[in-house]
Amino acid sequence: MPSPSSSATRNPFTEAETPAVGVALEHLVKDFGSHKVLKDVSFAVSPGEIFVLMGPSGSGKSVLLKQIVGLEAPTSGRVLVDGRDAIDPATREQVRMALVFQSGALFNSLSVYDNLALYPREHRVASEAAIREKVMRALQIISLEDTADKFPSELSGGMKKRVAIARALVMEPQLMLYDEPTSELDPVTSASISEIIATLREEYHVTTIVVSHDRDLALNIADCIGLLIGGELIFNGTPAELRASKDPVITDFLNPKIDLKNPRFKKLAT
Amino acid sequence: MKQITAILVGFGSTIQLLVRALSYTATLPRQWARFIEQCYLIGYTTLPIVAILSFFIGSVLALQAGYSMADFGAKEFIGTLVGLSMARELGPVMVAILVAGRVGSAIAAELASMKVYQEIDVLETMNIPPARMLVLPRLAAILVMMPVLAIIADLVGWYGGAIVAKYTHAIAIDPETYFAALRHFMKFKDVVNGLMKAEVFGFGVVLVSCNIGLNTSGGPREVGASVTKAVVVSLILILVADYFITDVLQQIFP
Repeated sequence: MPSPSSSATRNPFTEAETPAVGVALEHLVKDFGSHKVLKDVSFAVSPGEIFVLMGPSGSGKSVLLKQIVGLEAPTSGRVLVDGRDAIDPATREQVRMALVFQSGALFNSLSVYDNLALYPREHRVASEAAIREKVMRALQIISLEDTADKFPSELSGGMKKRVAIARALVMEPQLMLYDEPTSELDPVTSASISEIIATLREEYHVTTIVVSHDRDLALNIADCIGLLIGGELIFNGTPAELRASKDPVITDFLNPKIDLKNPRFKKLAT
Repeated sequence: MKQITAILVGFGSTIQLLVRALSYTATLPRQWARFIEQCYLIGYTTLPIVAILSFFIGSVLALQAGYSMADFGAKEFIGTLVGLSMARELGPVMVAILVAGRVGSAIAAELASMKVYQEIDVLETMNIPPARMLVLPRLAAILVMMPVLAIIADLVGWYGGAIVAKYTHAIAIDPETYFAALRHFMKFKDVVNGLMKAEVFGFGVVLVSCNIGLNTSGGPREVGASVTKAVVVSLILILVADYFITDVLQQIFP
């Protein structure tokens, strides 16, 4: 694995080098009315690093991703992407960020090809011939070249996620974010998605933040893991440190025991 | 109080969306394909229902007025009544109502589902403003297609009235007399007046529907709620704006 401090993202299509970016969250708080979703979350991701943010469902992981790409403003604190405030619209003009949504969020009215070609066409970064080359290369990387003319409704869940990754790849991002990339997938497809994420970082040194509760993904591909529980970051360290942790909250999250004699739902009911 | 706040917030966000969309006007030439697609969806696909409805509005006007005017011996002026009513009021208002029901609802549904299924979020992370890609081509298309639809509505309505006037036994006005009366009393400004109204109504319907669609939050159920809201708000907008525009136009073109 490359060093997390790698400072350049190699453009997958032109082999040119563009700087990978670092991300820093400083005392991030996000409230929805009286509901506190994120409570003073701080961590940093070095350029070229894979940071996996784990946590149970509803712990605020997806909300945190939206703060990083500037889709939502924090209640207090700030997110710095390459030293720029994420909520500033100019940041998205300066830094190419790609977010792969949990559902894939492909444009249903566009074919797979047009989904991938949208970014370069809209930003006029290449000729139509060059865009075709980029799109087909991105589809080749995720082994879905034959889906170019299909529509999202004709794809399986795993294929949609891979196409969403390819669409992000065409953007030649400096920062890639994945929201639950392996949820609702079978173990083999999940493993292939994890491999794609690791390979993209390895090949192109793109800074990567993955939000997931997939233990196998986190322990196998992460340089650094954060554990978010109840809106608080209770752990931030390497996979080895996470495995070695004796904290009962962490061990219970990583290795939950199924206790049929004392089921949790009955405990909750009483 | 809560509802007044919601109305003011809705009004403010609509104006903001308009300003944002207009700030991308220079990008319109390179969005030619999208503009043409929207012209097709807004104009061509709405045309059959506009024609059918206008035909029967003109017909029923001639029928209703024909019997009454025949009693007063004024049935020769049916053409004037149908012509002026269609051009100044019923043509633009009925076309706008159809556009609200057919186009506004479709726009709200499409944008609302794009919002609910995070496609709008994807556009924003790609630094592609939805106001540029989704709103501007639609606004440009309605500006071009609305007068076309209104003119067709006027013409079909006039001919509908003419056919009824000729073939209804109690009226029995020949088309020459009908159209002579229509031409004699109707002025060019009456048609222009109607087209200006149609333009304002159509633009308002599309803008409001885009804004409601883009501000949808929640799950798939909210898509339906947004469609209903878009149509209801559009209808209120058309009828309220109709009064004020009529008043202003009467003063400008007495």
